[in-house]
Amino acid sequence: MSRLDELLREARERRDPAALVQAIPYSRFIGLSAEVVGGELLTRMAYRDHLIGNSLIGALHGGTLGSLLESAAVFTLLLETESTRLPKIIGITVEYLRTARPLDTLARAEFTRLGRRIACVRAYAWQEDRSRPVATATANFLLAGDERRRAESP
Amino acid sequence: MEDFGPYDVRQVNEVLASGVVPFNRALGLRAVECGRDYAVVALPYSPDLVGNPETGILHGGAVTALLDATCGLAVFMAMPEPTRIATIDLRIDYMGPATPGREVLARADCTRLTSHVAFTRAVAYHGDPSGAIAAAAATFLIFHGDPSSTAERLKTL
Repeated sequence: MSRLDELLREARERRDPAALVQAIPYSRFIGLSAEVVGGELLTRMAYRDHLIGNSLIGALHGGTLGSLLESAAVFTLLLETESTRLPKIIGITVEYLRTARPLDTLARAEFTRLGRRIACVRAYAWQEDRSRPVATATANFLLAGDERRRAESP
Repeated sequence: MEDFGPYDVRQVNEVLASGVVPFNRALGLRAVECGRDYAVVALPYSPDLVGNPETGILHGGAVTALLDATCGLAVFMAMPEPTRIATIDLRIDYMGPATPGREVLARADCTRLTSHVAFTRAVAYHGDPSGAIAAAAATFLIFHGDPSSTAERLKTL
């Protein structure tokens, strides 16, 4: 069993993806962490100066928000399915709703449909007020052939 | 009105290296080619940008950031006078994985510039644009008279 498989298994058993998130270099690069809070997986992108896209108005780069939303979708899939591999992203549409300020950004994801082969995921990112998202995304993933449903989709 | 654009590769690289867009500099983005309405930008391979530590394949998010930045640059290459822009939406199809160790190129074209919205298309690839890693379509809102770090820097060139 590879190190990644092991981290994946541990994340599911303990409902704690922290070590798995840290094993992904790009997650560390954009300052991600993840934890299950009240049964819901929350992914956090801690504010760092290098995440800025417009330094005059102090707005986060759109690419960092897209990355956060995609990552929140992947972590949710990994925790809630039996997937033995990282799911492959087919496509993502990101909608930028508000200027993201130089603050920590949180994200959550939910399945629109979790099928045998394809998972459709909706992800939301916000800063201080959860009811005012700064960006949302819809993403489709190809699941590995050996996956089974674990959680019922909402 | 003075015509500010388009800019040449050296000028765009000066803006990218200046760090007015800190995340573009953190990614190590480099302009390869640009002209009216389009830009080609390279994302160098870096172990920091890997999404799967077992395969060494770049994270989709790094490609997302490259495409967003290149589309935005194509808009600046289309505007008679650069001003602040913000991404409205960005759609990406991931057609194949990037090859570990190789830089990824993105070419973006501003297909239409209206008074308030810019429309762009882009592809990400290694050497050959027909072997696409990803394709994108993005729209941008144009804020007339608002400050943009990139726009302000471009105007100083």
